[in-house]
Amino acid sequence: MVSDYEKVKTIVDRYDGKHDSVIAILQDVQSEYHYLPEHALRVVASQLGLPLIQVCGVATFFKAFSLKPRGEHMVSVCLGTACHVRGASAVLDEVKRRLGIERGETTEDMRFTLETVNCLGACALGPIVVVNGKYHGQMSPGKVKKVLKKQKKEPPEG
Amino acid sequence: MVELTIDGIKTRVPEGTTVLEAAREMGIIIPTLCYHPSLSPYGACRVCIVEVVEDIRSSLEASCTLPVEQGQVIFTSSEKVTKARKLIIELLLASCPNSKTLQDMAANMGINKVRFKIKDRGCILCGRCVRYCKEQMKSGGIGFVGRGTSRRVATAFDLAPEECRNCGGCEWICPVNERACMAGNLIDGLCGACQNLKPVETCPVCTECSQSVGPSGHKVY
Repeated sequence: MVSDYEKVKTIVDRYDGKHDSVIAILQDVQSEYHYLPEHALRVVASQLGLPLIQVCGVATFFKAFSLKPRGEHMVSVCLGTACHVRGASAVLDEVKRRLGIERGETTEDMRFTLETVNCLGACALGPIVVVNGKYHGQMSPGKVKKVLKKQKKEPPEG
Repeated sequence: MVELTIDGIKTRVPEGTTVLEAAREMGIIIPTLCYHPSLSPYGACRVCIVEVVEDIRSSLEASCTLPVEQGQVIFTSSEKVTKARKLIIELLLASCPNSKTLQDMAANMGINKVRFKIKDRGCILCGRCVRYCKEQMKSGGIGFVGRGTSRRVATAFDLAPEECRNCGGCEWICPVNERACMAGNLIDGLCGACQNLKPVETCPVCTECSQSVGPSGHKVY
């Protein structure tokens, strides 16, 4: 079993300790843990020789980074204008009901995190639900079950 | 050497100087908040804006981060500048109404009312403390976290940072940290007690006198 420290250190080492690769490093750390744990930020800062606050500043500045634990599967429901007029709110309600969580929350078993986005740039496919980076277009409340079930069946990554 | 005109007076300064420094050299006082001679220019507060005239156009630029250019024509207190500066002070006051420095500046500029909703954050995000910690103390214990309306100065995870040597410099250098004005309630966002609508003469001794002028005028040390 590789320790958390070693895990983060290998990620940092991939970038030769360059200061300007903080964002890339944090992205890799996030794909490893699904969020940015405090201990990982401390390792990144000490390995790069940067003050911790500078790494924290980057981590809190970008919306893509999360300091709160997130589930294995990211479910993003688009609430942009095009998706909204095609009934995205009904889709969102269905996802909320099925997962039993509100926006920005994570299920207790740490499997799903629900978030809403304002546009994914694929309005023709609206309403869109993105699960783990995979786009599911033309969603309806009825299809939510199928999309989520697919994730539940698949064994967790890693 | 670069030749430029500030408020109609021609001057020659070395290349790489900022317009603010050039103006101060000439004794022209431009009010500032986030600028400090020993820190890197940041251009956060925008109080130091000046009008840069190019042919028939003019633009407002923050003088603390504006490098001098050959033949530049600068106005430091034109109507356009004072109008914009007043607005900036009003906006800053709305997020930091208890600052003496800001209240004094408002009084100096003849601001009669803060038209914005007052939301006291006690900070104008000028970044002086952050730069002081990083550049002068070589520490980097504090920094900005978050973005947009939730941006604030903080320590990492809101814990006392290892780097901090308790120098207190962040507090000392803060342009707004004093809880000033014992005048009681604010009227229209202004303290009112030291309302000094007369223009105040600038003194050549203290470089920062334009920042904080009390009701009794200048003190020459």
